[in-house]
Amino acid sequence: MSTSHGTATAVDIAAAVRAGERSAVEVLEPYLAAIEARDAELHAFNLVTADEARDAAAALDRRVAAGEDPGPLAGVPVALKDNLCTRGVPTTCSSRILEGWRPPYDATVVARLTAAGAVSVGKTNLDEFAMGSSTENSAFGPTRNPHDPTRVPGGSSGGSAAAVAAGFAPVALGSDTGGSIRQPAALCGVVGVKPTYGLVSRYGLVAFASSLDQIGPFATTVRDAALLLEVIAGHDPCDSTSIPQPAPGLVDVLDRGVEGLRVGVIAELTGEGIAPDVARRVTEAAEALERAGATVGEASVPAAALGLSAYYLIAPAEASSNLARYDGVRYGLRVDARTTGEMMEASRTAGFGDEVKRRIMLGTYALSAGYRDAYYGKALRVRTLIARDFAAAYERFDVLLSPTSPTTAFPIGDKAADPLSMYLNDVCTIPTNLVGDAAMSVPFGTGDDGLPVGVQVLAPALGEVPMFRVGAALEAAAPGAAAVRPDGEEQP
Amino acid sequence: MTTGTSAAASPVALPPYEQVVAEYDPVLGLEVHVELSTATKMFCGCSTAFGAPPNTHVCPVCLGLPGSLPVVNAAAVEAAVRIGLALNCHIAPWCRFARKNYFYPDMPKDFQVSQYDEPIASDGWLDVEIPTDDGPRTLRVGIERAHMEEDTGKTLHVGGTTGRIQGAEYSLVDYNRAGIPLIEIVTKPLEGVGSLAPVVARAYVAELRDLVRGLGVSDVRMEEGSLRCDVNVSLRPSADAPYGLRTETKNVNSLRSVERAVTYEMRRQAGLLSAGQRVHQETRHWHEDTGLTTSGRSKEQAEDYRYFPEPDLVPVAPRDEWVEQLRAGLPEQPSVRRRRLQQQWGFSELEMRDVVNAGAVDLVAHTVAAGASPASAKKWWLGEVARRANEAGHDLDSAAITPQHVARVQALVEQGTLTDKMARAVIEGVMAGEGDPDAVVQARGLGVVSDDAALLAAVDRAIDALPDVAAKVREGKTAAVGALIGAVMKDLRGQADAAGVRALLLDRLGSPS
Repeated sequence: MSTSHGTATAVDIAAAVRAGERSAVEVLEPYLAAIEARDAELHAFNLVTADEARDAAAALDRRVAAGEDPGPLAGVPVALKDNLCTRGVPTTCSSRILEGWRPPYDATVVARLTAAGAVSVGKTNLDEFAMGSSTENSAFGPTRNPHDPTRVPGGSSGGSAAAVAAGFAPVALGSDTGGSIRQPAALCGVVGVKPTYGLVSRYGLVAFASSLDQIGPFATTVRDAALLLEVIAGHDPCDSTSIPQPAPGLVDVLDRGVEGLRVGVIAELTGEGIAPDVARRVTEAAEALERAGATVGEASVPAAALGLSAYYLIAPAEASSNLARYDGVRYGLRVDARTTGEMMEASRTAGFGDEVKRRIMLGTYALSAGYRDAYYGKALRVRTLIARDFAAAYERFDVLLSPTSPTTAFPIGDKAADPLSMYLNDVCTIPTNLVGDAAMSVPFGTGDDGLPVGVQVLAPALGEVPMFRVGAALEAAAPGAAAVRPDGEEQP
Repeated sequence: MTTGTSAAASPVALPPYEQVVAEYDPVLGLEVHVELSTATKMFCGCSTAFGAPPNTHVCPVCLGLPGSLPVVNAAAVEAAVRIGLALNCHIAPWCRFARKNYFYPDMPKDFQVSQYDEPIASDGWLDVEIPTDDGPRTLRVGIERAHMEEDTGKTLHVGGTTGRIQGAEYSLVDYNRAGIPLIEIVTKPLEGVGSLAPVVARAYVAELRDLVRGLGVSDVRMEEGSLRCDVNVSLRPSADAPYGLRTETKNVNSLRSVERAVTYEMRRQAGLLSAGQRVHQETRHWHEDTGLTTSGRSKEQAEDYRYFPEPDLVPVAPRDEWVEQLRAGLPEQPSVRRRRLQQQWGFSELEMRDVVNAGAVDLVAHTVAAGASPASAKKWWLGEVARRANEAGHDLDSAAITPQHVARVQALVEQGTLTDKMARAVIEGVMAGEGDPDAVVQARGLGVVSDDAALLAAVDRAIDALPDVAAKVREGKTAAVGALIGAVMKDLRGQADAAGVRALLLDRLGSPS
């Protein structure tokens, strides 16, 4: 797909702006123009903050003119998933329940982006409260896939993925609870990273499932994703679960190659349930890595297949508690009623969509007296089992490989009525969240339908360095996405 | 679980207490919430100061705004460990917070961060001393657990008749209290105390209050709610019968009320049981004014709190060395300290009990430390200060006078600057906010006239004015000197030391003193 303003990367933009070769205002305008031209069709954004972006870019240019260095993301337009708190700017989680709410504070990641010189262009659409795999569960209507507007962009960070794929911003932030960055990245043909749990502060990310949520970058290149992650990672005293370590250096490791790295292809995630054309791309990716000097073998993570079931108890359980606060008392939607209890019930009934209600009910049930141990408790034990299997696999391999999504982008409406088939979209991505490890999706050619395929690179906790090295190698070896016709035959 | 209806039982007469304890064996359980006096809240940096305008000590975290995350206050953990150690508890080497889920408008997140099956302290005890007809008796109260949690906000229900949420026109919520650290201390079932149950309950809460105060981790002011007590009571026909159904009476917020609430619940439950009715397992409300409890929420329809480990917080893992350091730094147990002080002060059992019952142990100790004798310290605190505090409806320790003030007053008396009567006036002045004792003496023109010339002149005037009396004294009838003293004191408007005047008169009249 082409964009009118070329294929400038965040790395290039920041370098040019810092050097005074381009102004942040000049950089910004073509992106705003692209949004203006096409977002009515794609609906990547819930809110475009064009005026604020122009003001921020102009302020940045004044700082450069005054001899200051605005930072490693100087002048880089960025799109923010609309579940990241932005001070004074509506943050909706694509839900009616947060109607009218403007956070009085910035999420830590937003503050860090701003401090690094990035310019926010707006808040992107998502499945309500990040619950979904297609962005169809948004209260404000679905986002469309820029590669084929009749198809979903994936989800829940579908707006951020589509924004980067459509050239509305060179980079974006999303959140990933069970694949919500990686799966839409795969379906939209961009890079998406779910960092190690605790590497990036969750302060200011509206919680879906606290023990699984993690913020991460979308980008068109692995290098841009690495740069963005370097900026947002690192300890935050406001998040107890944030790892007390400085952010790892990632951009500098990308040129190291994969010589000597041990890569395992997860057997359980490449067979049944995975579309053959997608599985074939994973095989090709493994072959490409071998050619580049890595050792490739077959890895077995038997418990990974149990991830989906465990996830759909743990995530809803946490969500049922996290979403209790939307009760009409303090902020957001309030539907008046005779008593406080009835007001809460009426507000929640009107404010939440079906999928959110479904998960609140699932989670409430999973934690209720008499069932807690059989459901929530057993799911936690499965989680431990999966962690053990991954740990065993990482004794033999530095990174693991699998598809990101079992299929390429599916048509809008195809799975909306069937939650179970929708949930199966995340079968390859969920285990990483349960374990707290890192994983990323790198575009690797297309499927038989000509739509992008993503290959997932998985790494143990804090294994971002080998993961990014493999990601960079895959990017270098990837078949040109646009150069592949639906019949799979490569063009000259 | 029982499935009976919660229809109100027909009213039954309250049997006399003697009959209740003759027919039933009470089992008690006490849950005490202590608000810690840390500078900041349990999970954020907001102030915990009492009495600020509504919703001024709040931030995204204690308001539970979307996206906010809690961070544990290390000072609160330290206080919890010290309380646990002082209660002879096992300190968990690793424990977690849990979410207690239920909807209530004064809870910003609609869950309370608490501890569930992994309390920081468990399995301890506290010895309490209770007076009996056979002398003091020491009872060991088992401590089930002590755990950390956050307080809720406060709701003011406006309109309606009950002041409760049902029937109110609207409600106002103040979140200043939301997130203030609490330690909940739960006893094991307290059995075998029979008719002493109400007294033991009171003594336990008093002892716990002294212990926590001694640790310096809380104001433990029941009237401000920094120590709150829930009282569980059940009855059974005999000590070997299984426990009966219990009621939990909430927010019993004075020592006297603890005793009264237990007594009332024992009588109420005995009345029901003796009339062939059953006790409903329920939460009850305590009414300070009437001394009654009334039915609240039925435990049979109790909420399912859906506890699970708080995923936004990392486990608390106190290191052994740190715990041992805290243990080594614990102050004396209040009972040990009281025995030591009693000995040091030379008080009788009865005198010491008066001091303890008045809640004046610390006050007397601080006054002694400031230089006063134990007897004089006790005299002022249990006498004039207690009388005035009682008139103003204050507890002794919230009276507007400090141990240093009292010690200074006593020193002025001993110097002969103040008479006993003047000293009482100085205490009144200090408690009325007129400044420290010296300032009051100055401002009110109090103080014994020690100017010898003025005093001698007054003595001579008195002798001249009452020659008959003077003659009697000269003859050795010293008892008659009182009239002369009175005349001198009147002349000097009371600003003289009576004993000094007496000595002077006797000297002047050549009588043996």
